[in-house]
Amino acid sequence: MPFRGRRERLGVVAVEPVGLYTLVRLERGGLAPGAPGQFFMLEAPGRLLPRPLSLCLAPPRELAFLVDPIGPGTEALCGLEPGDRIHVLGPLGAGYRLDVERPLLVGGGIGIAPLPYLAEALRYPPAVLGFRTELHAEAAALLPRAEVVVDPVLVTDCELAGFDLLACGPEPMLQALAERFPGAQLAWEAPMACGYGACYGCAVEIDGELKRLCVEGPVLVAA
Amino acid sequence: MLLNASGCLDAVAAPEVAKQLDGFVTKTITPLPREGNAPTRIAETAHGMLNSIGLANPGRERFLAEQLPRLRELGLPLWVSVGGFCAHDYAETCAALEDVEAIELNLSCPNVDEAAESAAEIVSACRSETRLPLYAKLSAAHPDVAAVALAVAGAGADGLSLVNTLRGLALDARTMRPVLSRGTGGLSGPSLKPVALAAVYACYAATQLPIVGMGGVTNGNDVVEMHACGARHVALGTVLFSDPDAPSRIRAELAELDADTAFAAAHVAEKSLELRAKVVV
Repeated sequence: MPFRGRRERLGVVAVEPVGLYTLVRLERGGLAPGAPGQFFMLEAPGRLLPRPLSLCLAPPRELAFLVDPIGPGTEALCGLEPGDRIHVLGPLGAGYRLDVERPLLVGGGIGIAPLPYLAEALRYPPAVLGFRTELHAEAAALLPRAEVVVDPVLVTDCELAGFDLLACGPEPMLQALAERFPGAQLAWEAPMACGYGACYGCAVEIDGELKRLCVEGPVLVAA
Repeated sequence: MLLNASGCLDAVAAPEVAKQLDGFVTKTITPLPREGNAPTRIAETAHGMLNSIGLANPGRERFLAEQLPRLRELGLPLWVSVGGFCAHDYAETCAALEDVEAIELNLSCPNVDEAAESAAEIVSACRSETRLPLYAKLSAAHPDVAAVALAVAGAGADGLSLVNTLRGLALDARTMRPVLSRGTGGLSGPSLKPVALAAVYACYAATQLPIVGMGGVTNGNDVVEMHACGARHVALGTVLFSDPDAPSRIRAELAELDADTAFAAAHVAEKSLELRAKVVV
């Protein structure tokens, strides 16, 4: 499907800590929130390239993104202040399919980002979330009834059989799920310069070929 | 005329972006399909970025059969970027192309092994296979890019595309290992602009060929600078990644620039030739 995302300059409404992560709340402007699992390119102040972030929550007239400050771009986003304005492009890519019978959301670390918006769309199905530390696990507050495990317990140690899995998390977690649960919907991550198919930077192996994750994904069905 | 830099836009995936341009330049086409380099393929740097895509493309046959017809539907003048690993590769693809605006010969990709022949030999081989306008895309990594420009002009190039990316390296802050899986990549973005301006200036002075200037063009003023150095056309690359509306925005900025500035810019190229004659001789 050709890229049809809009780019607008949006005002920052609030920047709130959620455990060790940061929830950046922006005015929605004329942008559509899109489907759960779709993503937006957010201008990171002072950086050349925008950063891809999936939508975490869509409160009325707002778009909210959960950010893990792991480098200069995400640090700049976490350093935004109410009243600042940044360019935002989206929604982009292919999100989760919602026509599932027994959904179970599985999130690992910052990979919980797209799940609150997804949970709302699916009327709050069960969820399993895994974190590195108790401090990181404070972010589970975004999904109030979720089962939470902390390292060394992994989400893959939980009972996942018999469900339609919709997951996002670190690559080892997604690979483990892909091997055990064909048909699982997995949201992957890759460095992206553009988010709309122009740069060919986000190539990942899909069906034995290198393809652009921003065009084919970021949500892919495990073969 | 405003174009995209080869490899910086997929007009089929983003037709609304391509339609803001005066012509579309394809990704480089090689005789055989290429999957490209393994990820990680991009890295942000201070005021620029590195890429090591590695000429990912469907190969000549699939390009001609599948991609080119879809690109023609856009109704835009098409420039086809041609690559290869020997002069024969380039010449064969040139022979297979017809009814396009121009051919850009990618003689300078920093992310693959280079052809053994010189740029002039490749241009000469292509010249004998096509009457389409041939633009030679050169790298400013050569110690005397104007000498290469003169050589390809002598071999029959109709124009020059200046510049390709420059090889660079970015390290991961924690591991001190290269970010890109290939190690090095091509540097683009604002940090490339002064290099591009110098190359355009030198090559225009040496050849007076039409030049597509590119390298870090981000706004209307950058376009004026490219023209001032001798570029007839300007191509946008990295700026398209952060701003898919960049072509329209840059046109608006150009329209707002003072008429005197534009007039002056048109005459700087001539003046700069006189200046160069004084400095060099």
